[in-house]
Amino acid sequence: MEFLMAFIIGILFMCATYLILSKSLLRIIIGTGLLSHGVHLLLLTMGGLKKGAAPLLGQHAESYADPLPQALILTAIVISFGVTSFLLVLAYRTYQELGTDNMEKLRGKKYE
Amino acid sequence: MSNLILFPILIPLLTGIILIFFYKKIILQRIFSLLSISVSIIVTLSMIEQIKNAGIQTVNLSNWDAPFGITIVSDMVSALLVLTTNIIAFCCIIYSFKGIEKERESYFYYSIIQFLLVGVIGAFSTGDIFNLFVFFEVMLMASYVLLVLGNTKVQLRETVKYIIVNVVASALFVIAVAYLYSVVGTLNMAFISERISEVGGAGILTVIAVLFLIVFGLKGAIFPLFFWLPGSYNAAPIPILALFGALLTKVGVYSIVRTYSLFFYEDSYVFSLLGILSLITIILGAIGSIAYNDVKKIIIYNIVTAIGVILFGFSTFNAVSLTGSIFYLLHDMIIKGALFLLIGVMIYITGTSNLKYMGGLMKKYPLLAWTFFLAALGLAGIPPLSGFVGKLLIIQGAFEASNYIGSFIVVLSSLFVLLSVIKIFVKGFWGEESDNVMKKPVRTLLLPGCILVLLSVFIGIGAEVLSPYISLAAENLLQPENYIHAVLKE
Repeated sequence: MEFLMAFIIGILFMCATYLILSKSLLRIIIGTGLLSHGVHLLLLTMGGLKKGAAPLLGQHAESYADPLPQALILTAIVISFGVTSFLLVLAYRTYQELGTDNMEKLRGKKYE
Repeated sequence: MSNLILFPILIPLLTGIILIFFYKKIILQRIFSLLSISVSIIVTLSMIEQIKNAGIQTVNLSNWDAPFGITIVSDMVSALLVLTTNIIAFCCIIYSFKGIEKERESYFYYSIIQFLLVGVIGAFSTGDIFNLFVFFEVMLMASYVLLVLGNTKVQLRETVKYIIVNVVASALFVIAVAYLYSVVGTLNMAFISERISEVGGAGILTVIAVLFLIVFGLKGAIFPLFFWLPGSYNAAPIPILALFGALLTKVGVYSIVRTYSLFFYEDSYVFSLLGILSLITIILGAIGSIAYNDVKKIIIYNIVTAIGVILFGFSTFNAVSLTGSIFYLLHDMIIKGALFLLIGVMIYITGTSNLKYMGGLMKKYPLLAWTFFLAALGLAGIPPLSGFVGKLLIIQGAFEASNYIGSFIVVLSSLFVLLSVIKIFVKGFWGEESDNVMKKPVRTLLLPGCILVLLSVFIGIGAEVLSPYISLAAENLLQPENYIHAVLKE
């Protein structure tokens, strides 16, 4: 299972890198979204996939799943949600003000 | 256990939330922000005294015992940084009274500054690696808003780039934490340190160390990751620029210092890597600072040089150079804040940041001129001003470790730093008075810069008074056992 996850994460990172390197601002934002998905899956896998019972009081089992990575992912998801939504609004404002979403044209005075 | 060390985080958080409710009443906002920071400064001072007498202070949040819950740890390094942060924020807020447009001021400006402080101070005092990430994000989110506040074209353009760089860096941060967690199975920094010495110097730890270097290097702007800094910082208005320049990059530096001194202190490979990178950073920063004619750009590149010097001192990693590094870190935060606020006054007077269109400010603004001159000498490290002590100790430490090339580069870089700031002084203050020089009231604008310069002079002359605190801080970094012991209570 970990093996499969490694492939999925790798593919997500690959797509994210490709999208982030493109010129269109919207593609870059989608790329950062994919990147954070990959990161969250990585975090889940690194904690070890399910190996035992839920770590709750009253559950009597030989081994328990590690709850910490899930808590971390939840935090990371919330943060990346916030940042991505801010970035989307900002990108839209930038598009309105500057009239372009092409990163080549957003380089600064020298290139205008 | 004392809850005192939580106050520097909680005070700005509460202030920030309260300020949102009356964001249109500017006068009230100003008074309230200043008041809250003054309280923070007093609390931090008593915290420093407590740490000096009773050792490292820790608080376990919600009473979860140390390796399981989140621990807030305050040792001398973080307490001194928290104090400096508060002082700089105090001065930047005073500057903002006159130095920033009304439109910006009345849209949550002061409350966002408070949130920025929450992030910065939280990052300085947390003892949990994932919590560090969370505080980083708090700080970054506030910095995004501050950078884009005002909606000018330059700001929008640069903020987009700044956010994208930081989103990628944050993703890398989580990756690094995930790897670290899979190796040591804990997030508590003290416990990680203990576990790492049990695991031994496996190759994966070097990979994690380099990942951390990339992540924090991106925030702290070391070579080759400082490419975003000149453009993004240049877009911000002066008080925000001063806050960013003095605080944000230093959080990256602090994180490198903290993680490396706690986790990777046995890995000589990453320390030599850090040493080489910091020397290249110094060289490139020096080249950048003499290449430009724009006052903002000159000081911004000086940030890069200073980061290099601090990290070079840290990478040498002996008692003398660490003391020097911490001295220099505190000095640099204060002097960079001062310089940004002073060039802010120059830009306010002349309406341009290009040195070609300045000149002859000396005649009408002698106080500004001499304050700037003092700050420039302090930055370059002329004795007895504040930069001198730190640099001297860093070079002395490098000699003890027989790193002669490194110390030579640091000494040489001081000359270039001096050249770059004296260029501002010569072209901006001497010579024919340019037509741009208006007679404007600058007393309020000048006050915060003067406070910071005076403080920097005090650090230089009163180094004797400060040195017990700073050598205690260096000792904290050099002996991770103390930190581990204080957190895990073994």
